[in-house]
Amino acid sequence: MTAARAPSSIRRRLVVQLALVAALLSVVFFLALRVVAERATEATQDNILAASATSIADAVYTDAGVVRVEIPYSALSMLGTVSEDRVFYHVILDGETLTGYEDLPVPETRGAGRDPRFATTLYRGDTVRAVVVRRTLNADRIHRVEVVVAQTRLGLAAISSRITTTATAIGVVFFLAATALSTFAAQNALAPLSRLAEAVRRRGPRDLRPVTAETPTELTPLVGGLNGFIARLRAALTRSEDLIVEAAHRVRTPLATVRTQAEMVHLQMEKPENRAALRQMIRAVDESSRSAGQLLDHAMVTLRSDQLETEEIDPADLLRDAVDRLSPTADLKDIAIALDLPDATLRVRGDAILLQNAVRNILDNAIKYSPADTQITVRLVPGATCRLEVCDQGRGFVVEDVARMPERFSRGSNVEDVVGSGLGLTIVRDVAEAHGGALDITPNTGGPGACVTLVLPCS
Amino acid sequence: MRHACLALLLTFWAALASAFEIEESRSYPAPGSPELRILSTADADVFEPIIKAFQALHPISITYDVASSAQVMQALYDEEAGYDLAISSAMDLQTKLANDGLAQRYSSDATTALPPWAKWRDQIFAFTQEPAVLVLNADAFKDLPLPKNRAGLIALLRDHPQVFDGRIGTYDVRVSGLGYLFATQDSRNTESFWRLTEVMGRLNTRLYCCSGEMIDAVARGELALAYNVLGSYAQARLADTPGIVIVEMDDFVSVMLRTALIPQTAQAPQAAGLMIDFLASMRNRPDLVAATGLPPVVNGAGADESVIRPIRLGPGLLVFLDRLRRDTFLRSWVSSIEQN
Repeated sequence: MTAARAPSSIRRRLVVQLALVAALLSVVFFLALRVVAERATEATQDNILAASATSIADAVYTDAGVVRVEIPYSALSMLGTVSEDRVFYHVILDGETLTGYEDLPVPETRGAGRDPRFATTLYRGDTVRAVVVRRTLNADRIHRVEVVVAQTRLGLAAISSRITTTATAIGVVFFLAATALSTFAAQNALAPLSRLAEAVRRRGPRDLRPVTAETPTELTPLVGGLNGFIARLRAALTRSEDLIVEAAHRVRTPLATVRTQAEMVHLQMEKPENRAALRQMIRAVDESSRSAGQLLDHAMVTLRSDQLETEEIDPADLLRDAVDRLSPTADLKDIAIALDLPDATLRVRGDAILLQNAVRNILDNAIKYSPADTQITVRLVPGATCRLEVCDQGRGFVVEDVARMPERFSRGSNVEDVVGSGLGLTIVRDVAEAHGGALDITPNTGGPGACVTLVLPCS
Repeated sequence: MRHACLALLLTFWAALASAFEIEESRSYPAPGSPELRILSTADADVFEPIIKAFQALHPISITYDVASSAQVMQALYDEEAGYDLAISSAMDLQTKLANDGLAQRYSSDATTALPPWAKWRDQIFAFTQEPAVLVLNADAFKDLPLPKNRAGLIALLRDHPQVFDGRIGTYDVRVSGLGYLFATQDSRNTESFWRLTEVMGRLNTRLYCCSGEMIDAVARGELALAYNVLGSYAQARLADTPGIVIVEMDDFVSVMLRTALIPQTAQAPQAAGLMIDFLASMRNRPDLVAATGLPPVVNGAGADESVIRPIRLGPGLLVFLDRLRRDTFLRSWVSSIEQN
């Protein structure tokens, strides 16, 4: 389909070229059929003419020294059986007319002997086919007899026009059939190409497996090149992901050491200004550690999305688990988390680790941007799709930011005072898409803040 | 000597040729134009009902000239006389006119509806089919079986010479074109024709120019039988002529087709075409068939082709017009029929 609409289409070129060949063959076929058939009909007329002239020549006899001819009835009537053509004859004895149409000319042809000679001439305003048969007659002396029989070509013209009609019909049918078949053949020949194009087009944005579809030998170099390209890309991506994981690891471990040390020092400090400085330091270390964690998460999500390990999961469990894990953090800021789950058990097919990660990131975000002493509502809404909603009473999103928010390292324009990596929603979006779902960001209808929803297809 | 004879003949011919002979000419004026001029071999009395009926449909002035078939041929072939329609019982001469390019093509629904054997090249159109029959005197055959075919007729004539001597009539084929046509077709169709002619010659057969005279002679009892009489005439006379019997042979019956053609020189070919259409659909006018006694061409009449043989229009008819062939045939015929 895509190929047919493209400005330069292989299929169109194939069809047009095959149709041209078919047209050429049809014309050749038409001409050949006409020539052969007309030769045959002409030969038939010639044969009948020759038979007629011969039978007249055979009826020449001598009676008491006088040469006479008794034209057989069949000699002329046979010419009338096939068509309604005009018939002329001329019997010549030693150059003098014996009987018949005196002005009917003898066909001027070379050669002698008893073989009939044919010629096409004009006689009495019509084209006639004429034959001459020569005989010698041995009476008291040798006589030379020439019998000319001529017939107009009306019947021949009628047959010829019938042949032309038939040949045209056959040619047209042949052309149409050949064109239809070549269209079909082009379609068929290009099917592997379309299949390959479709297979590549249907791939997810992060599907970097090599193309394994069976391809005809002509496409093998293309597929080989494509697979080589994919392999290089994959290697490059893996390298960079590895780098990130490695970097995050290397950063996180010393940071943990720094944090422990800083807390110990904090306990020993007495001066309030020193304690405040240390608390800021600890917070910064925490944020760095969190960012490193999210980098790790993101790398993991990217890797696992390629090959999901799906299983049946209760989305309620996911929410419960996330709330349990993050309650301590929320408590620190005096944030209450309300869990609103339906009675019925829902089922979602997905990768448990990725989904946990996504839900945790949403809730973590909500806690992070919620002011102290507010409430976060975590809700599971059943329906055609499962909606895992987390609504806070924080500062919400600026409308213009919503669209680009899930992009990597992109952060809202109203959160510059809070430290963040800009990876949280990217992780959520990637997980949602890997599961055929979506990420929804809407303002909180019940007051300030926003609702972030992970939409998943229910099974 | 021979050349002198030829010269004399040519002079005589030229004198004759200066004008063909018209036996009768009738005029049927009507308001419409152009005038339709017909040259025909059919009697004016026979044809008059057709002309009247035609004029009722198409008010066209008509001149109807009657001539013998040979004169019709001369008028059209040698003199190119100005006629719009030629009607003749001489199928061979009509065929020659068409074959030699002296007839116009014409085609219409009516001519398309004609059976294929009733037209040739869309130039000659048959409108009647008239069989050649045997007409017998009923009294003469009181004690004799009716002959069914030519073999039976030969046997009958041989067995009863006392009844038939001098009482057989047939066409003089030297004079009558129609007689010649029937005789040549007979010679082509059956071997027994020459035997029959021999037998008839031995019985002092009398020769006639025309069917009408033969029928009269049979009716008067001068003739016991007449061979190859035009069936349509005999049929027409049957009612008012007691004592005649018509026999159609069961070996074969030659059927003459009365034909019409438009000469190349015609000045009113459209009017002639209308007349051809009218004649070609005569079978739809039983009143005219009854009035003229001319049996119309009927589709499927050739169904019993083994017996009823419409004489085939086409180049075959040219054969017996060949000068040498005609000479040979007439010589054989004369030597057979004139034995005493």
